[in-house]
Amino acid sequence: MAAICSLYIINKSGGLIYYKDYGSGGRMDTNDSLRVASLWHSMHAISQQLSPTTGCYGIELLEADTFDLHCFQSLTGTKFFVVCEPGTQQMESLLKVIYELYTDYVLKNPFYEMEMPIRCELFDINLSQVVQKDRVVLLGR
Amino acid sequence: MAPPGPRSGDAIFASVERVNAELFTLTYGATVRQLLTDLEEVEEVNKQLDQMGYNIGIRLIDEFLAKSNVSRCIDFKETADVIAKVGFKMFLGINATVTNWDADGTCCNIILEDNPLADFVELPDTCQGLYYCNILSGVIRGALEMVSMKTEVTWLRDVLRGDDAYELQVKLLKQVPEEYPYKDDE
Repeated sequence: MAAICSLYIINKSGGLIYYKDYGSGGRMDTNDSLRVASLWHSMHAISQQLSPTTGCYGIELLEADTFDLHCFQSLTGTKFFVVCEPGTQQMESLLKVIYELYTDYVLKNPFYEMEMPIRCELFDINLSQVVQKDRVVLLGR
Repeated sequence: MAPPGPRSGDAIFASVERVNAELFTLTYGATVRQLLTDLEEVEEVNKQLDQMGYNIGIRLIDEFLAKSNVSRCIDFKETADVIAKVGFKMFLGINATVTNWDADGTCCNIILEDNPLADFVELPDTCQGLYYCNILSGVIRGALEMVSMKTEVTWLRDVLRGDDAYELQVKLLKQVPEEYPYKDDE
């Protein structure tokens, strides 16, 4: 069962630096994924300004008929978001775990250039383990 | 499930992987020596160490945020406290205290109780102008810049230079707004 359809990471200026899809549904081509990422970046920014409450930091969850979109933005401005089946649980903690993997296997890789697309094999491996298990709570944290 | 609250510096320090302290200290020492050989000028070495620290800081901040679960700080005072209480503990295993706030809360001093970088170091006469631990000030500057605070970090006291403690001054120059640089029609 593929509860998670896809994962995106966007840098602070709105560029897509990582995209991975897990669903069996139609694959998105590179241009489309870039478009979705920058669209989300803008919507997220707009939502902060439109929000009636002060101190709003943008959309965290978007619920649609056919999917849920969970978004986590780090204090440094990097956004992580997953698209998943409606009602999938524990996505917030999954995003936190992905953020930790990103700090460990991307940022600590001396050959990774900040803000650039992520091409780190160790990150891929660890990420797919976390996502495929899909039982973040059991990770012993 | 409620989100987990901020973790203490001790708890994080206990849970992350660590290296042997001597290996760390000696590696840093070798790096500084090599910089002195390569750059020859002590001033240049200070600059280079600061730049290296900055490069570390801009990456380290995310690890700090991810593992400590701290949330947005209300003001610079809280930021300085978090650096001293959680940051130094988590990465270096040392305690630090914040003192000497100025009236408008934009400048403070951080005193390190211990400094593992300098464990075996004696500065020779030829290196008197060297800020041996200048990498630390760079790390703080880099890390804060990524959470939109421009700061200036300088050493006030340095045991290697004959003072009785390690003391850093952190001065907030500018808080860059986090919002996008969009100017609505003004």
